[in-house]
Amino acid sequence: MTQHLVVVGGGMVAQRLVEAMRDRDADGRWRITVLAEEPRRPYDRVALTSYFSGRDADDLALGDASLWDDPLVSLRRDDKVVAIDRAARTVTTERGRTEPYDHLVLATGSSAWVPPIEGADLEGVFVYRTVDDVAALRGYVEQLKATKPVVRGAVLGGGLLGLEAAGALQALGAQATVLQVGTHLMSTQIDLGGGEALRRLINGLGVGVRLNAMTTRIRPHRRGGVGRLDMADGGRVDVDVVVVAAGVRPRDELARAADLVIGERGGVVVDDSCLSSDPHISAVGEVACIQGQCVGLVAPGYAMAEVAVDRLLGGAAQFPGADTATKLKLAGVDVASFGDAFGTTEGALEVVWADPVAGVYKKLVLSDDARTLLGGVLVGDASAYASLRPMLGRELPGDPAAFLLPEGGAGAPDLELPDDASVCSCNNVSAGTIRGAVTEHGCTDVGAVKACTKAGTSCGSCLPLVKKLVGTELAKQGITVSSALCEHFALSRAQLYDAIRVAGVTSFTEVVARFGTDLAGRGCDICKPAVASILATTAPAHVLEGERAALQDTNDHVMANLQKDGSYSVVPRIPGGEVTPEGLITIGEVAQEFGLYTKITGGQRIDLFGARIDQLPLIWQRLVDAGFESGHAYGKSLRTVKSCVGSTWCRFGVQDSVALAVLLELRYRGLRSPHKIKLGVSGCARECAEARGKDVGVIATDKGWNLYVGGNGGFTPRHARLLAEDLDTETLIRTIDRFLLYYVRTADRLQRTAPWVDEVEGGLEGVRAVVLDDSLGIAADLDAQMARHVEEYEDEWRATLEDPEKLRRFASFVNAPDTADPSLAYVPERGQARPATADERAAAERGEPVLVAGTTLEVRA
Amino acid sequence: MTVLDTPPAVTATWTAVCRLDDLAPERGAAALVDGEQLALFRLVDDSVLAVQQQDPFCGAFVLSRGIVGTRHVADEVVPTVASPMHKQVFDLRTGACLDPVGKAPVLGLAADLRTWPVRVVDGIVEVGGPAVSDGPAGGGA
Repeated sequence: MTQHLVVVGGGMVAQRLVEAMRDRDADGRWRITVLAEEPRRPYDRVALTSYFSGRDADDLALGDASLWDDPLVSLRRDDKVVAIDRAARTVTTERGRTEPYDHLVLATGSSAWVPPIEGADLEGVFVYRTVDDVAALRGYVEQLKATKPVVRGAVLGGGLLGLEAAGALQALGAQATVLQVGTHLMSTQIDLGGGEALRRLINGLGVGVRLNAMTTRIRPHRRGGVGRLDMADGGRVDVDVVVVAAGVRPRDELARAADLVIGERGGVVVDDSCLSSDPHISAVGEVACIQGQCVGLVAPGYAMAEVAVDRLLGGAAQFPGADTATKLKLAGVDVASFGDAFGTTEGALEVVWADPVAGVYKKLVLSDDARTLLGGVLVGDASAYASLRPMLGRELPGDPAAFLLPEGGAGAPDLELPDDASVCSCNNVSAGTIRGAVTEHGCTDVGAVKACTKAGTSCGSCLPLVKKLVGTELAKQGITVSSALCEHFALSRAQLYDAIRVAGVTSFTEVVARFGTDLAGRGCDICKPAVASILATTAPAHVLEGERAALQDTNDHVMANLQKDGSYSVVPRIPGGEVTPEGLITIGEVAQEFGLYTKITGGQRIDLFGARIDQLPLIWQRLVDAGFESGHAYGKSLRTVKSCVGSTWCRFGVQDSVALAVLLELRYRGLRSPHKIKLGVSGCARECAEARGKDVGVIATDKGWNLYVGGNGGFTPRHARLLAEDLDTETLIRTIDRFLLYYVRTADRLQRTAPWVDEVEGGLEGVRAVVLDDSLGIAADLDAQMARHVEEYEDEWRATLEDPEKLRRFASFVNAPDTADPSLAYVPERGQARPATADERAAAERGEPVLVAGTTLEVRA
Repeated sequence: MTVLDTPPAVTATWTAVCRLDDLAPERGAAALVDGEQLALFRLVDDSVLAVQQQDPFCGAFVLSRGIVGTRHVADEVVPTVASPMHKQVFDLRTGACLDPVGKAPVLGLAADLRTWPVRVVDGIVEVGGPAVSDGPAGGGA
């Protein structure tokens, strides 16, 4: 018989518990009701800060939404549980519903703790815990910004949450100062040396830090709201908004009222199977006091959820102990702490590398024989975190110091992780499980392994390690995971791009000579177009210029799109989809004269099909004379900038989307890239241009433009994600310039922006850091490169028509340039021509009455 | 391997097709010889090779528009063309299909290409006929 599991609380751990139960309870022994206080589905609280850097609440969604459509799962939002009746085994909610349970799980999490200081209840004092807290803070700061040139914010608390809150304040455009009661920042996780390095890095971001700063009173401003903080040392800090991030307390009030055993410092006391003092009630996550403590991190919460589910299904799982490793996700600052970070183990040795100039502090804690890794602190450069953390409690190969030296130094030895080493602590995935995904489940790339094991799907900090493990495992199976372009180049496209750019070589022969694997090789259909594409942005020249002509795919070579019968289609550029009646008439006349099949494309322009190679120059002469230019529909390059009609005509439009689309299309036309690029511009939030389905989507707001990146349609549709908000037009263009060129420089061959954003260093955050904060110091270079592209753009069809040498490539036959390809055959359909099928050709050859003709087929209306 | 522009003994007649200068280096060009469509390829060393213009994997007459390159086959660097339609790779000297990319030829066509002997005399490209083979067995021999 189906039993009823009631989960109190709708946070990340509750979500994980439901997910785990539905994954493992194949027979449907448990139906689950989740009673949540917040009015929304469980969301990614760890990523709360990113809500400030522009994402909307939906982007914080966790896991697969279909979980909540499962008939055995019921989620009641906005219905807080107010009482537990342990004798009757029921819970009662605020709305008066009584829910009976066979087993109850408390996953109520914790609440922000506000110290009892006078003024903590004033308007303008916020906590930082939920989406609603964050939204309220955002609203308040935006209201202040309307009347004040500078909004001064203070964060009480210099821990993980406090620093995230400070980053959030800054992202909102407020000044931020962190007031830390103790001697250094993040004192729970890192030592004094690390705290000092962190303070310098945080200062470098423009966030103020005051240490040993105890706030004794929050004073109101005479015009309302907060105005000033009084400090214990007699100092004062003027403020307009205060965020209290002084710590959290477990939400154990229900359990207290139900007389469950409560820990000394709060929390529902549970054993290693997550059972409370009542065998029908478990507690998981931050509300649980397990092994004597409440842990405010998501990974141990997930582990508890797995244990609780296992027990409900008759298993014997035990909580393995809290993994308190943490990694701070404040843009631009890397902090990680794991294991015995303070060296409290008896006899522990510390190896420290500190470079105050570079803002780096790294420490490893080792056993007394200096071999076994016990813990560590990494500030300023946490790149070693992913590979070191799983080595906790194990012997490090070689000299431990090698793991701390900057990249390019001696280099850390390669770590061969034992199978039971945990790689993804969010989802508790071991190295062995990841290897198994490759060896037993046939996964051949990181994406498949992520889907199969869930590794790296939560915080993503282990992804570099997952990538490495997958690569190593595939290599062992003899599957080539080399990033080499092809047999002619051992480099990846991104490496080759850098090599060509830095070396300044401009021809394929030079590229082969400098970077090829074999001097005798003359490339292939993979590397030649890739090199052509690279040279197009490192040393711009016409597609048919000299040796470059030999590198082009037929589409680029004849500047048209090859169709199935060997004929081509022609697409003139129609920037932003805006076309005059005269232009339309010209296109119609050309189509009529050459007997071309016409179709409107998805990119708001017109495709003319069935042109023979020898007709292309004639067709283009007509189009160029009428003012049209190449639409690059054939290129791995900018295709179109789709737009809605915008504020000039639309009743709802707030910005002139057509004007911006035309400007963008003319700016980026002809830009060669690893794959095609499409842009979209919508004039208001109704999004009629479907801009979020594009590589770069721009949506108008009252204040400017929101910029989305990494969307596409096709085989794997993806919505573009928000990169920046409310940009003015100049900043918008500069940001798109950099985004596109950063993509052009670093993407793999035929990799569109969506997978690129997922895989490029740092993901979307990394892209944001590069294009908005210039974290790589390449912005000026990218800007100059785009300026050069815009400067040197020429219509490649016009240039071709002006050069008889280039026109010779369009002959149908080298020895009979006036003879049309006799193999082409067409039949009429719906008033236009289409290629004849094999059956129709055969029938015509047998003399049956099938209307088959060349492209000049006369079509009856 | 024999020298590429040495005519096989069986070739009876040579047809002048075009000047070497009419062919772009490392690209193909279509030619009509005795009513048949050929694809001529001028390699980096100015030698010229000829195969059928029809792509057996799609039936369209397009092979001259493919990308010319090389491929290592058993310690030898083989000149190749990749079909512009679906990227099947062919050995330009023998016509052999080196990579069908998981596809089969259309009904009635062989995966390997017909080849023609080619010689360059005083800057004129000549194609030998009748054709010496229907496939790689005798091609280039």
